[in-house]
Formats: sequence, C-alpha cells, structure tokens
Amino acid sequence: MAKAKPVNELKCAFPSWSSNEALARSVAASFAAQMNPTCEEVSDIKCAVSEAVTNAIVHGYRDTVGEIQLILKLYADRTFSAEVRDRGVGIRDVEEAMRPLFTTDPEHERSGMGFTIIENFTDSLRVVSSPGKGTRVIMKKKLSMLPLAK
Amino acid sequence: MLTQEETPLRTVTSGKTLTVFIEGDIDHHTARQIRSRIDTKVYIQRPDELILDLSRVCFMDSSGLGLILGRYAKAVELGIAFKVANPTPEVRRILDLAGTERLIKIETAHQARRAW
Ligand SMILES: Nc1ncnc2c1ncn2[C@@H]1O[C@H](COP(=O)(O)OP(=O)(O)O)[C@@H](O)[C@H]1O
Ligand SMILES: [Mg+2]
Repeated sequence: MAKAKPVNELKCAFPSWSSNEALARSVAASFAAQMNPTCEEVSDIKCAVSEAVTNAIVHGYRDTVGEIQLILKLYADRTFSAEVRDRGVGIRDVEEAMRPLFTTDPEHERSGMGFTIIENFTDSLRVVSSPGKGTRVIMKKKLSMLPLAK
Repeated sequence: MLTQEETPLRTVTSGKTLTVFIEGDIDHHTARQIRSRIDTKVYIQRPDELILDLSRVCFMDSSGLGLILGRYAKAVELGIAFKVANPTPEVRRILDLAGTERLIKIETAHQARRAW
C-alpha cells in the first residue's frame, strides 16, 4: 500500500472559494468511480474530502483567497488516497486540532468535528502542517473487493 | 432556472409548528444561506416548535452539524421546541458520530410531513 506506484493519479488546483467545496468532492467521487466503490464508500470519500477542503478554505486561507491542491491516487490493491494542500496559516498543534470538538472558530458555527469525520470515514489520516507555511492532509481508504462471481 | 442561491426554502406551518424542508447539499458554502433563511423565517413567525426536515439532503458534512446545532441553540434561546426529521442514512451517520441525539430529538420516516 505504501510504496507501490499508483495505477491512476489526478492532480488539480483551484482557488479557495467556498463554491469549490462541491466541485472538489465531486472530482474525488468521479475519480474513485473507476474502482466501482460501494455507495457508502463514495459517500465517505465525498464527506472526508469536503472536510479537508473546507478546512483549507475557512482556516488555512481564513482572510484571503489562495490555491488549494487536490491530489488523488488509486493503487492496484484498491487503496484510494486523497491529499489536500494549502499554503495558508498552518496549524500550531496538530494533535490538539485533531481532537473531537476542537475548533478555533466557534463563532462561525464550526462543530470541531471535521478531522473526526475524516478519521471515521477513512482508514488513515495524516496531517502535516507548519505555521505560516501551510497544511497537507493525506487520507487513505481501502475500497472493498467486489464479491466473487458464483 | 433558479440558481441554488435563489431556491426558495420550502416551509409548512401547521398550528404553531414550523417545518423547514432543506433541499440539496449542506456544506460550508450552502450552510450560510440556509442558516440566514431559517433564522429570518423563525424571527418573523415565532413558532412554538421548529422542525428541520432533512429527507431531501443527500450530502451533509460537519458544516451541516454546525448548522443544526446552531439552530438548536437559537431555538433554546427563544424557547422554541426543536426537532430534526427524516435524515437519510448518510446524514444519520454524521448526526450519530457527533452524538447529536443526546441533545436533539430525531424523528424518523413514518411521521413525515410532506411539503409536496
Ligand atoms: N488547513 C488548515 N489550516 C489551518 N488550520 C486548520 C486547517 N485544518 C484544520 N485546522 C485547525 O484545526 C481545527 C479543527 O478542524 P476541524 O476538526 O475540521 O473542526 P472545525 O473546522 O469545525 O474547526 C480548526 O478549528 C483549525 O484550527
Ligand atoms: Mg473543519
């Protein structure tokens, strides 16, 4: 899963406008479709990608508009991976940020459940961030096997 | 064609109960408009009970949780009873992850009220 070369890969970049949240999750769902995922898997992927992209928009580029990169990969063992990158404010304490209900923005009705949802809807989540430089959120999800024909 | 911004919010008032039917995706982008339209309606009507019907919401992320918890807080503040109705299975998973039911009553299908 870790070192293998992806069987397909898609990279795209878009401005941090909130209207691009829907675009980003549709792109991820369309990309994953080539592996024939279950409806539940598609819905998990859409939600997890939406969370990471929303975070880049509302936290990373809080007072500005910047570029968000979305890098999607599929591996032969049916692992889907999505990476969301921003060059925004970054996170000082990643461990704290990932705690359920933790938010630095309660006045905008943020629930603090974004990272918790990504963790629950994927198999692995890695957050690499440094203040002033930006944030990379990498999530992986192994898609289930198709049932064997009888 | 109406753009998403212009889509009217369907609501049904029966007695002092206001039911709001949310349609489409609830994410951070759409939550802002949905929030202000619900709040306006509530301030004008001052119902005794507010029900958010989610049967037409196919996608919701944590911004939707923020929207629902925020409307709940507002309702409590105004002394309005609050309920969420008919979440789809996808939306239900998000509500359950956040333990929403500890605070908010979630009513399911058979009691549905329909606006169409
Ligand atoms: N891309 C990012 N750039 C800067 N800060 C971030 C980013 N993503 C997350 N964070 C920080 O992590 C916190 C928790 O994120 P999350 O779990 O999605 O909750 P919420 O978005 O509701 O605050 C945020 O409040 C923010 O402080
Ligand atoms: Mg978030």
